[in-house]
Amino acid sequence: MTELPLIGGTADAPGPGTLTGARIGVITFPGTLDDRDAARAVRLAGATPVALWHADTTLGDVDAVVIPGGFSYGDYLRAGAIARFAPLMSVIIDAANSDARLPVLGICNGFQILTESHLLPGSMIKNDHLKFMCRDQILRVENTTTAWTRDYAAGQEITVPLKNQDGQYLADEKTLDALEAEGRVVFRYVGFNPNGSRRDIAGISNAAGNVVGLMPHPEHAVETGFGPELGSSTDGLGFFTSVLNKIVGDNK
Amino acid sequence: MTETSTGRTAGTAAGTKKFNIDTVENAAKTPDTELPWAELGLKRNEFDEVVKVLGRRPTGAELAMYSVMWSEHCSYKSSKNHLRQFGDKVTEEMKKDMLVGIGENAGVTNLGDGWAVTFKIESHNSPSFVEPYQGAATGIGGIVRDIISMGARPVAVMDPLRFGAIDHPDTARVMHGAVAGIGGYGNSLGLPNIGGEMVFDSVYQGNPLVNALAVGVMRHEDIRLANASGKGNKVVLFGARTGGDGIGGASVLASESFDDTKPSKRPAVQVGDPFAEKVLIECCLELFKASLVEGIQDLGAAGISCATSELASNGDGGMEVELTSVLLRDPSLTPGEILMSESQERMMAVVTPENIAAFEAVMDKWAVEYSWLGEVTDTGRLIITWDGAVIVDVDPRTVAHDGPVYDRPYARPEWQDAVQADSFTGSVQDAGRPSAPADLAAAITELVASPNMCSKSWITQQYDRYVGGNTAMAYPDDAGVVRVDEETGLGVALATDANGRYTYLDPYHGAQLALAEAYRNVATSGAVPMAVSDCLNFGSPEDPDVMWQLAEAIRGLSDACMVLGIPVTGGNVSLYNQTGTVPIHPSPVVAVLGKFDDVARRTPSGWREDGQAIYLLGTTAAELDGSEWSNMRGHLGGLPPKVDLAAERALGEILINASRDGMVDSAHDLSEGGLAAALVESSLRYGVGARIALQDVLDRDGVDLFTALFSETQGRAVVSVPRSEEIRFKDMCTARGFAHVRIGVVDAEGGTLEINGVDTMNLAALREAHEATLPKYFG
Repeated sequence: MTELPLIGGTADAPGPGTLTGARIGVITFPGTLDDRDAARAVRLAGATPVALWHADTTLGDVDAVVIPGGFSYGDYLRAGAIARFAPLMSVIIDAANSDARLPVLGICNGFQILTESHLLPGSMIKNDHLKFMCRDQILRVENTTTAWTRDYAAGQEITVPLKNQDGQYLADEKTLDALEAEGRVVFRYVGFNPNGSRRDIAGISNAAGNVVGLMPHPEHAVETGFGPELGSSTDGLGFFTSVLNKIVGDNK
Repeated sequence: MTETSTGRTAGTAAGTKKFNIDTVENAAKTPDTELPWAELGLKRNEFDEVVKVLGRRPTGAELAMYSVMWSEHCSYKSSKNHLRQFGDKVTEEMKKDMLVGIGENAGVTNLGDGWAVTFKIESHNSPSFVEPYQGAATGIGGIVRDIISMGARPVAVMDPLRFGAIDHPDTARVMHGAVAGIGGYGNSLGLPNIGGEMVFDSVYQGNPLVNALAVGVMRHEDIRLANASGKGNKVVLFGARTGGDGIGGASVLASESFDDTKPSKRPAVQVGDPFAEKVLIECCLELFKASLVEGIQDLGAAGISCATSELASNGDGGMEVELTSVLLRDPSLTPGEILMSESQERMMAVVTPENIAAFEAVMDKWAVEYSWLGEVTDTGRLIITWDGAVIVDVDPRTVAHDGPVYDRPYARPEWQDAVQADSFTGSVQDAGRPSAPADLAAAITELVASPNMCSKSWITQQYDRYVGGNTAMAYPDDAGVVRVDEETGLGVALATDANGRYTYLDPYHGAQLALAEAYRNVATSGAVPMAVSDCLNFGSPEDPDVMWQLAEAIRGLSDACMVLGIPVTGGNVSLYNQTGTVPIHPSPVVAVLGKFDDVARRTPSGWREDGQAIYLLGTTAAELDGSEWSNMRGHLGGLPPKVDLAAERALGEILINASRDGMVDSAHDLSEGGLAAALVESSLRYGVGARIALQDVLDRDGVDLFTALFSETQGRAVVSVPRSEEIRFKDMCTARGFAHVRIGVVDAEGGTLEINGVDTMNLAALREAHEATLPKYFG
């Protein structure tokens, strides 16, 4: 476990926080950037964020894990390729595949780490236009049965920021067909495919629906005035309330 | 040329490489040895001064240190005498919130509630021309390390850019490289990029300006200063290894090596590793939080030379350092090269013996390499050894602070009068000034599609503006706004501005106009302006014309700061920006920082609510000289718009109060491109148009419609006022005696911008024109 040197600190930040008793881990690798943002989103949803350190060998008592965005290890080799070998990732892979089906959300670099870990199929390569792109992106929620999307309506369109360099989702046709057939395409880009991803795929899940990965950043759309300008600007909060509701529901 | 002539050798710690080492003892014995001072950039009188200070010839290593620390970049030798005005022209009002002033890595301003903010703007111009990607990337890296050195967490960056003509073939090379470099480095640090500037002008063709600003926040108790105090405390170098990059002139010392297997050419441009910097940020913040360092200094220009001499001279004693302890990327580096290397992502700190274990634990946690180089002494000397042999023995003050200072001759250029007499109005280029409704609409469209006025989103969408979750406003609004305290909403606003054409026409007032615009931008966002940082980009100080421009700009800026009541807390001077004898336009880039009690009060620049009243604040005069319109027509002459700092202050107070009391829903300042640009930008911000009638303005100010639209008179802004607030808003302006006139209403339905006397403009077409320009040239 590590304590992130946050501005203001996680502990004294405002927000409901401990209402539900649910604890959601946010993992930090060297080069992780959006860990504070993910912790804030967890807190605003009503759960307690728990800072996890890549070198830890246990998850403690967290009920779910967020692998946030960034450039772990600089992404110099291949996005997520080194982070995948962190001690804590082995624990997360086991927990995600266990009968308990630990909910895991990978955002951007976290998604890349999940594909490198083979928790999710496919891979991300450089955007087709070869540039970093930051924009407010509309997504359609295609599957509302996963641990991270149950608070959305089927087919709901949400706006969340997208920002990446290597966001083009690739998989072979067979895998893509299987993902579609099994309803594992969880999010699709609407209106504009910002990186050349196959079949406009923005995010996918594993077969059990506890592991979800996507390139856009729901944790940047959780607070009015600090998210996308058009739309509600808090469309991303549903990810975190979804998992919270699942955790609270499962514990009842 | 060699560092020594005696064949005295010393081995490195590894014992594998041998150099001829020029020791202090050797230097004393061989006074007549020729040294490459000229190749290292020293003048004869400067070298003589070094000899006088030391009482002997310098060793090769000492020569390396003095040459780089006495360079223009590090010593401010040409500008120092003028820069004093920023410290001299300071009132009590300006001092009250200044916690740390000029001289440290960056100034620190009190934000209240125990919070402090530090910000600084710097240049990385010539490296960005030579190698745009790495030059721009390491520009961000360097300024961010300055902010960390103060004990702050960096929270945002901005990047004012000035490139050559948009259609020049070399501009694309610089543009692509610099933008990708700023993005590649800044995005990887987790710092939102909240704004900047982009200006195209052929005067910058061979001398693009790549300036970088960083802002950081901290609690008062976390402020750290660069000094080495406490005898026996340990000196540690940590972060990236030292390599051969960024050595520049020092490579003339490379011939001291016995073997010639070393790389023959060392890159003069530093190479950045943003991952290493990100880790360094987190690691430093952890050190600060646990109070594990007594003093800290980033390694930027002049590397170890600068860090050791500045830490030692700002402390209370001396320092002893063993240079073979430095971890190297390239084991063939000579002592002089190690001292001058500008390898990035390095920090030097002073740690008490009892904190060594805790310090090492933090390094190990973040997997950051470090090496203990030596310790603080009470001798007043900076002593550097190479495998035990003394190669530097100097008073650190003479290196860091007592460099040469020049009173360079300056004089108002002979051509200045002729330039100022050449007004745009009535010139050849002014022929065919549009006045018919269709022509005015075409002129407005041409203006907002022009290289300097077009949308910069092609650039800004390559930057992460969201990371951190505290960005309340960013480009294209007037100022970038970042929340500091989640509980209260306390936050800061930042804007940078410069107009090289105005400053060319009149350096004194041009610099003031840059300050006025940045101040206005911050106030337009609703923040209270508090502090200034400046990056003075000029040509050669050895040219009396340029030196006059610099002197006038500094005088103008410092005078204006007094009137506006905000101090300069730090900055940077970049000289020799010229190709042959042709300098760039004098370009003082001025950054103003403002404070919000609650960033929720910020005012965006675009219209949204149908039916809101639109007011123009301030009066309009016929001021087209130096304007974007005259620039588009290829004219540069006359006098820039008049500066009225009292009016700027009054306007600022109105905008700040209106924001605080919820009297306006949008505000946009008028600057380059005048009212025409502001109206289009406010429309395109959220895709909501307006119906505008300017007859009252024309009658009151005695100007024609073209002038009302394109003049760049200062001290003006456009605001939209909810119906319920209109009376209160008007009363406030009236009570303050500030000119205000209702010019129209927001029209959320029509999808057009209607201006009486101008053909109706379709917003979709305006957007297409506004946004197509950069993609057209840069893909």
